[in-house]
Order: sequence, then C-alpha cells, then structure tokens
Amino acid sequence: MSELRKIPAPHVEEETRAYWDGVDAGKLLLKFCRSCNSAHHYPRSICPHCGSDDTYFTETSGRASIYSFSILRVAPIPYAIAYVTLEGTDVTMMTNIINCDFDALEVGQPVKACFVETEGDGPVVPMFEPA
Amino acid sequence: MTINGKAYIAGAYEHPTRKAVGKSLAQLHAEVAKGALDDAGLTKDDVDGYFCAGDAPGLGGLSMADYMGLKLRHMDNTETGGSSYVVHVGHAAEAIAAGKCKVALITLAGRPRAEGMSTGTAPRNYGIDAPDVAFEFPYAPTIVNMYAMCAKRHMYEFGTTSEQLAWIKVAASHHAQHNPNAMLRNVVTVEEVVNSPMIADPLHRLDCCVISDGGGALVVVAPEIAAKLNRPKIKILGAGEAPKHQMGGRIDLTYSAAAASGPAAFAEAGIKPSDIKYVSIYDSFTVTVLIQLEDLGFCAKGDGGKFVSDGNLISGVGKLPFNTDGGGLCNNHPGNRGGMTKVIEAVRQLRGEAHPAVQVANCNLALAHGTGGSLGTRHAAGTLIMERV
Repeated sequence: MSELRKIPAPHVEEETRAYWDGVDAGKLLLKFCRSCNSAHHYPRSICPHCGSDDTYFTETSGRASIYSFSILRVAPIPYAIAYVTLEGTDVTMMTNIINCDFDALEVGQPVKACFVETEGDGPVVPMFEPA
Repeated sequence: MTINGKAYIAGAYEHPTRKAVGKSLAQLHAEVAKGALDDAGLTKDDVDGYFCAGDAPGLGGLSMADYMGLKLRHMDNTETGGSSYVVHVGHAAEAIAAGKCKVALITLAGRPRAEGMSTGTAPRNYGIDAPDVAFEFPYAPTIVNMYAMCAKRHMYEFGTTSEQLAWIKVAASHHAQHNPNAMLRNVVTVEEVVNSPMIADPLHRLDCCVISDGGGALVVVAPEIAAKLNRPKIKILGAGEAPKHQMGGRIDLTYSAAAASGPAAFAEAGIKPSDIKYVSIYDSFTVTVLIQLEDLGFCAKGDGGKFVSDGNLISGVGKLPFNTDGGGLCNNHPGNRGGMTKVIEAVRQLRGEAHPAVQVANCNLALAHGTGGSLGTRHAAGTLIMERV
C-alpha cells in the first residue's frame, strides 16, 4: 500500500465554494448546465460548452473508471496521478489513486471517490481508490 | 489574406552554451539576437519588429527593446510556451504582409540548468488565479507524469509499445553524435532506452529531453529585403496555430493541437505531408513526437508506433528524417522551450548547412512544429512550412 505525500490545500473561490463544501461533507459534486444539459469540470459559473450562466451543482455516485494514470517513481514519495471518467458522464477529472498497489493499476479499472485531508486549514480533496 | 510568399527567414542562430553560469537572461537574449542578425547580414538598426515570449525578462519585449536599443514600430509578446517561436514566425510574416514591419527579430533564452530548476519532475503552481490550479495542483501534476499519461492512453488504445517510443530517441541520438554542441552524443539502442530508469510509467529517463540553458533567434524579413541579402532564400509558405485544452472535462489524450495547426499550415502552403523532405518535431518526450507526427498527417492516428520504428526518422536511413541536430532529446532544450531550435534546424536543412552526415539531399521543403504547455492538460501548437527558393 502506498504512503501518502502531503497534499497542498486548494485555494477556494466563491465560484467553487459549493464544490469544496461538498467534498468536506463526503460528496463529489459536478457542475451541470440547464441550457445544454451537459456536465463540466473543473466547475465554472458559465458553462464552457454553451456559454450559459444557468449552471448548478449535482451529486455524483463517486464511482469512476481510470482513463489513464502514471506513477512518478522519482518523487520523494512516489504517487499515482490519474485521469478518471465519472460514472454515467462524459467528464474526466484529474486525481490521485491511493490505497492501492501501484503495479496493479490498469486503464479501465473501476475506482471510487475517497476524501483526503490537505495541509493547514484547507478543505479535503477528492481522490480515488480501487472500487 | 495569406502569408504564403510574403516573408523569408534570413537569419538564424543557436546559442552554443548549454549551461549559462555567469550570464544574465537579458544578455543571452541579446547574444542570440546579434548572432541571428550577423547571420542575415543585418544590424539591430535594421530591426523594426520584435517578437518574444514569457522567457524574456521584466516586461518582455519592452524590457528587451530597452536593453538592446531597438527602435520598433511593431512588437508581439505572444506566449504559448515552447511553441511560441514557431507561432512568432507566422505572426512576423503576418505583420510583414500587413506592412507593419520589414525586419522582424525573434528571440528565446533561458537558464533553468544554471538555476537548478526541477523542470520535469516538480509540480508547477501557476498561481491561485489560474482557474485549474485548485483542481489540479493538489494531485501534483508534473511535466513528465502528464506526458506519461498521454503515452499510457496511446498504448491502451492503439497498442503502442515502449520499444516503438524508444526508436524516436535512437534516431535523435544517431543525429546528435555529429553535433559537437549536443549534450548527449552517445548513440543509444532501443534496449538502452527501455532499460533506463523509469521516471513516470511508461516513460523512462531516455524518453525525456535534456534540461539546458541557451537560446536562439530568428530574423524574418520582407521579400525585398531578402532579395538584397547574400543568404539562401527560405520562403515561408504556411503557418498554423491552435490551442487544445480539457474541453470542460471531455479529455482525449490521444491527439494534440497539431491536428488543427497542421492542416491549417498545409492548406496555406498548398502542399501535403508527403511533399515534406525534413521535419523538426517538438520532442520534450518521445511520445510527444509520436502523437504530433500522427496529428500532422505523416501517418494515420494510432500508426505512429510502427511509423517511427526501425530507423524511419534517421537521416539517410528512413523516409522522414527528423531533428537532425539531435533535438531536445539529445542536443538542447533552451529555457525548457524547444520551438526555436526546431525552426533553426529546419532552416539549416533548407540552406544545406546541416552537418554533412545528416544533411537531407535536395531538401527544398521542411516543416517545423512546436508544442507549448502540456499535452496532458492544456497546450498550444504552432506549425510552420518553409521552402528553399
């Protein structure tokens, strides 16, 4: 099992506060647009697909599959960076895969969201672990 | 309006340094500017347009115009990372075609090696105002692990192998052995590449470019200026530029912005990929070359692994000689920005001034392509097509 490096705290803007409040409550939220009925990530007030400002957060299942990943072997504490595609959506987000055997990770592997403390008083961040 | 035939590259210069201890950044810019102007047979007083990017110190073009004593009527600080200087050539041709300047100077310089920068393996924080940072920096994206994810996905979708990627480094090393300024001059084998230490799966140490100081400069001139100069005439036929990003989360790591910039450049040039005799292709990593060659139309998407194998990129051996100076993989990557040296080596090839061991016979059409930013997140491509006339 992988040791966890220190995670820098994300900077929270008013535009994205609901997302961070969500992860603090153990929920992975995704921004949707009522105008074009599509999701996007990272969350914006104005939809990057259609330009509408009629956007809202919705809760996801927290389940995803690995789109791609890489282990930075030369880091002081090696870690797995990944893009995962959220279940039932066309949204792929950057994350880390933790609580796993690095050498057993595969593209397409199912994973589920977990929530990890960051440095200082910052919000937790969503990461993923094998489902 | 087209830039086809509206401007010529008259001067090109690559700084010989690979570790610039004791030289200021502004000094390096001025040294490469002088080198390119000397090469063209021009002086700084002939320059009326200046182009530089984010590597320039202070206020960029303004600071460098002040330092070098340039009297300008056109200035352009377009910043697209390592592809900036390929894009600048196109912009310079546009400015010349529009009558905004007649002699355009483009400079690049950097000293990450002297500064001890962890270029590829340390996460870069672009600042809290960058909208992506809160959603990426906690996960520690670096240059190398992001390109590694592109390679991993390409392998998954198309069956590309580490051995195929290694052929790109092998080809670069065959060329670099003839370049006395190259940082890595030893010819390497596929086995040596795939057995070198793993940096970020699936990229090995020898899949990565070097980290170097240095720089380069180009002089782009109006046709009537080129006609008066005693240098081979390198005509600009076409240029394309394009950004590619995450598209709101609809991420596809298997292609790059070259899929847009390449066809635009070919359309303007009025030629096709099979007409090209030599290519300079941005080579931050082996996989960068593979994806861009596919996107530029030199082979079908997914066939890049087969295309680069068995020495197909080696001058005198394969069908598409590339990066005959050794490229970023073996020669240099000044300021972590490889676009400038891509254009310079293409100019050498078109002039017939490449090293005789790697000079492409009858090299009349060449392409230079750059990528800036990261293929794994957001990047911008520039493609340039040139002809010796």
